[in-house]
Amino acid sequence: MSKSNFTRRGVLKTGAVAGAGLALPTIFTAQSGHAFTNDPTGGSVTLGFNVPQSGPYADEGADELRAYQLAVEHLNGEGDSGMLNTFTSKELQGNGILGKKVEYVTGDTQTKSDAARASAKSMIEKDGAIMITGGSSSGVAIAVQGLCQEAGVIFMAGLTHSNDTTGKDRKANGFRHFFNGYMSGAALAPVLKNIYGDDRKAYHLTADYTWGWTQQESIAAATEALGWETVNNVLTPLASTDFSSYIAPVLNSGADVLVLNHYGGNMVNSLTNAVQFGLREKVVNGKDFEIVVPLYSRLMAKGAGANVKGIHGSTNWHWSLQDEGSKAFVKSFGTKYGFPPSQAAHTCYVQTLLYADAVTRAGSFAPCAVAEALEGFEFDGLGNGKTLYRAEDHQCFKDVLVVRGKENPTSEFDLLEVVEVTPAAQVTYAPDHAMFGGAEASLGECNNGA
Amino acid sequence: MLGLNNKDTKLLIAVAVLTLLAPFILNPFPADSAMAQFNAGYPDLMQRFVIFGIFAIGFNILFGLTGYLSFGHAAFLGIGSYAAVWIFKLFTYNVVPAIALAVIMAGLFSVIIGYVSLRRSGIYFSILTLAFAQMSFALAYSVLSNPKFNLTNGETGLQVYADDIQMFHREGLPDLPHLFGLSMRSTYNLDIGAWSFSFNAGYYLCAIVLMLVFYLSIRIFRSPFGLMLRAIKSNQTRMSYTGLNPRPHTLAAFVISGMYAGLAGGLMAAMDPLAGAERMQWTASGEVVLMTILGGTGTLIGPVLGAGFIKYFENIFSKINDSILHEWFAFLPDGLENFMVFIVHPFVGKGWHLTLGILFMLVVIFLPGGLVEGGQRIAKWIKNRGKAEDSGATTEPAE
Repeated sequence: MSKSNFTRRGVLKTGAVAGAGLALPTIFTAQSGHAFTNDPTGGSVTLGFNVPQSGPYADEGADELRAYQLAVEHLNGEGDSGMLNTFTSKELQGNGILGKKVEYVTGDTQTKSDAARASAKSMIEKDGAIMITGGSSSGVAIAVQGLCQEAGVIFMAGLTHSNDTTGKDRKANGFRHFFNGYMSGAALAPVLKNIYGDDRKAYHLTADYTWGWTQQESIAAATEALGWETVNNVLTPLASTDFSSYIAPVLNSGADVLVLNHYGGNMVNSLTNAVQFGLREKVVNGKDFEIVVPLYSRLMAKGAGANVKGIHGSTNWHWSLQDEGSKAFVKSFGTKYGFPPSQAAHTCYVQTLLYADAVTRAGSFAPCAVAEALEGFEFDGLGNGKTLYRAEDHQCFKDVLVVRGKENPTSEFDLLEVVEVTPAAQVTYAPDHAMFGGAEASLGECNNGA
Repeated sequence: MLGLNNKDTKLLIAVAVLTLLAPFILNPFPADSAMAQFNAGYPDLMQRFVIFGIFAIGFNILFGLTGYLSFGHAAFLGIGSYAAVWIFKLFTYNVVPAIALAVIMAGLFSVIIGYVSLRRSGIYFSILTLAFAQMSFALAYSVLSNPKFNLTNGETGLQVYADDIQMFHREGLPDLPHLFGLSMRSTYNLDIGAWSFSFNAGYYLCAIVLMLVFYLSIRIFRSPFGLMLRAIKSNQTRMSYTGLNPRPHTLAAFVISGMYAGLAGGLMAAMDPLAGAERMQWTASGEVVLMTILGGTGTLIGPVLGAGFIKYFENIFSKINDSILHEWFAFLPDGLENFMVFIVHPFVGKGWHLTLGILFMLVVIFLPGGLVEGGQRIAKWIKNRGKAEDSGATTEPAE
């Protein structure tokens, strides 16, 4: 067998060397002269676009990436400048950001927290990205937002609808333009009451993860406040593709409204199942049976086809809006890619402009300075009317659209029609609202990094 | 040295040199050049190389030696990560207790899962482990993350919040995982001319752990226990007839490789304090199988090579987008440039799976022994070529 060479003296020596090594931790600390992470020193600045390019939200991711590329073009003074012309802040001149040419790197989040963080880390560590943006799922957005907080860069959230992103998981370095579950509920409930009456029994099917729960909670609270009753809430596994077994019990429950807290492919399948079971022709409690999909997107409506006709939901933005900002954006997006943008593309485009504008107003790329410029910033001309970036939780407050599946679509993009534009005041809540982490939720300190 | 024979000592030294000098080896191109795209020497990816290397080494102890193909090893990786993050949340950001608990928890779970799964062999064993792993994933993703009993924080992933208890955390210590005050994120950047090299504390911790567990794996391969495991692979029935009970040995191998996975999971959480449920999904379990087969099943160094290969593609190729392609082919005339971008586009960016798949097929078809066999063939070819020239000069005509 082997012979051990360990001696008492040898062990002591090794221990002493190891101890000395551990006692001198500062020699490893980065001694760079920069005041913050990835201070852009050359003639260009790098942004990181971290979107799902594979997995269930790949369609949204592809559209987000198109919007980012368009935003970069406009910031660098190429193309027709899109929303730069309608934006109320006139700081951006089309000469990059603070005179530095905008460059970008892209990554694939795979709609997985781990992969998204790995991709964001490589953008920060390898490519020197000063800002990370993107995400088509709340879990990923929250995970990446946490990473950006630790690393000391700004995170501009893309499509993320969970209350938690700017609720209990809010971070000083993270900002969200997109609306959230609470806003969906607050906007949708009055419209539903007007159309379907205040004496309804709702049955919820909810995707069994963070986003599903927060949205279900929000919708149930908003509708119950107006007199509805929530009969049951059934959680469905995220991986489900067939919802027939969940639809059958709905008929015997005495409910007359079905709320589908599903997104993406889940919603397409559950809605299709519900329609196939003939739910919409049923009459329960003397009323027509109705289906509601709280979070709508055009891409989902396309997937569900004719089944979406007459079904109500809410959305952040729709390309058919007729304000100057929306028209300018739809025009430049359409010219470049040949079809209208989705709401995911819109929010990503706007977030990029807002970041560039905040840097310009702050006169610095330092995350804390940028955050300060964004906090409490009021603007208009970006498609949602007058908007406020609230300082307490870094959430944008703006009008919310209630939409309905169109009965007679004129084209493959013309699937939704706007029923009502709910004013921002009606969807505003207190920063310490119980659904948003209550009084304990805090942004923490802003982090400039290195 | 250290109870190893000459060849194994050389291998261990080679691994040590490669891991310690990785910041240089992986950054061969100047930071501002167009080829910098292919540099892999940044902290996060280097850590991943090493951590998945550890994971694959452990997997190889089970699969390479006993031939039992576990399709659920990612579960142990995930359990290790969750255990580590809970230590961060409840006690301290120091990585030592976190990694220790990660290994212990993974060990416990592998005893339970192994005891049940190892009652069957072959495809039934694989399916059982797969079922357990998917069960763990579902538990972590939704069941154990309900607001009343939130053990895993579901889709968002378990992370440390400012209002967590952290009993032994005090002022002056970094607010990130650290080793007795040395933050895992701290990096020293060395600029030599146009080149830039990063030396990251977390990476070196992982590298040292890799060398230790690589040494352990060599010892297991060369031990009587390792021989017993090989016997199970070659003929389990015969082994039973000679009066040896194979089950304790397979269970031991299963638990050891489960603990390796837990160690990898703990290190992963130590480098980045977030544990997501996706790392327990069946695709993650499949990935380690790919790594081992790609590198060379049953070889010592193979799994590490396979892990590096796959992680390189995932992180480097997935980031090549159209604008970078246009830069590369900018020297060509416009039409030709667009044509080249059109040809290359499906294989990079979101198409990195495709490139990896093609390479995996090529390796499996032409090099069944994996990358290690490729290396051996090249070495043999070089050796034989020298010989052929020598012998060509001296061979006498055979009558």
